[in-house]
Amino acid sequence: MTSLWIATLGASLVCYLLKLAGFLIPSSILSKPRLVRINELIPVVLLSSLVSIQTFTSESELLIDHRMGGLIVAFIALKFKAPFPIMMLAAAFTSAIIYRLGI
Amino acid sequence: MRQNSGVSFDRRAVLRDSLSVSLPVGTYGAAFGAASVAAGFSVAQTCALSLLLFSGASQFAVVGVMAAGGSAISAIATGGLLGIRNGLYALRMSPILKFSGISKFLGAQITIDESTGVALSQESRGEPAMRYGFISTGIGVFIFWNLFTLIGAVSASSIGDPSMWGLDAAVPAAFLGLLWPRLESNRKRFAALFSALLAIALTPYLPAGLPIIATVSIALIFGWRSR
Repeated sequence: MTSLWIATLGASLVCYLLKLAGFLIPSSILSKPRLVRINELIPVVLLSSLVSIQTFTSESELLIDHRMGGLIVAFIALKFKAPFPIMMLAAAFTSAIIYRLGI
Repeated sequence: MRQNSGVSFDRRAVLRDSLSVSLPVGTYGAAFGAASVAAGFSVAQTCALSLLLFSGASQFAVVGVMAAGGSAISAIATGGLLGIRNGLYALRMSPILKFSGISKFLGAQITIDESTGVALSQESRGEPAMRYGFISTGIGVFIFWNLFTLIGAVSASSIGDPSMWGLDAAVPAAFLGLLWPRLESNRKRFAALFSALLAIALTPYLPAGLPIIATVSIALIFGWRSR
């Protein structure tokens, strides 16, 4: 089995078990405010680090390239409350133009 | 007042709410399908992620970590950490949904941001409406998300170099779009900024995928104290 299949099926299993666990364990653990705070921050830190890694790195090297142009446009689009698909299209379009122009 | 087998709420109004969420969200599946294929996943693997994992942020994370050259373990860990919140949604919704037997196992799969969000927005209409909103939104997103994943994956597999079409920038843009609505407090904005910096600072020194997981330490530090 390739590592891509292992990642696909392994992550699917783990995520399903996490969903199921919520229906099987008592909901009283939600009363711990520290756990709630940390849990709300986990998506924030992971998504934010994924943004920076996917924009500024390539195979453990730091670099600034066409993707940054796309990200800046995505940022502006979100600032102006653009819908999600429009924001993504604008980012992809900008990045593709910069890449094709070879800047 | 209309009575539907003893349960009185406006089913059409709830269904309208769930469709207005599930259709647009489902179309993002095309972006996931395209990003996943651009990251090197096959169409079958891409569709398997949408069918079996079925949680957008975790799916993008698995694909993102593997694309950055990370190990399967890093991808599973990152996807799993992002999946914890679905477990908390299940905890929150469990007393309202009152699932028993097999419906617990089926309902678990559709416990995501959108089904929970629509269910909670129906609070004023009563628990049966919340339950109806949860199930209809969960099933709606499942159908549209998987349909559009397939469309995105098949179209992306025939376009060649992903950079020519900006697909490599669409992935971080998607992460930014998922992050954006969560930045409602200064605590979260600072946590986001520090983790973005920490992740790139660690990238030259750690195997791919680990810098992302390492940022969980920032969640622990920022979440430990109440202010």
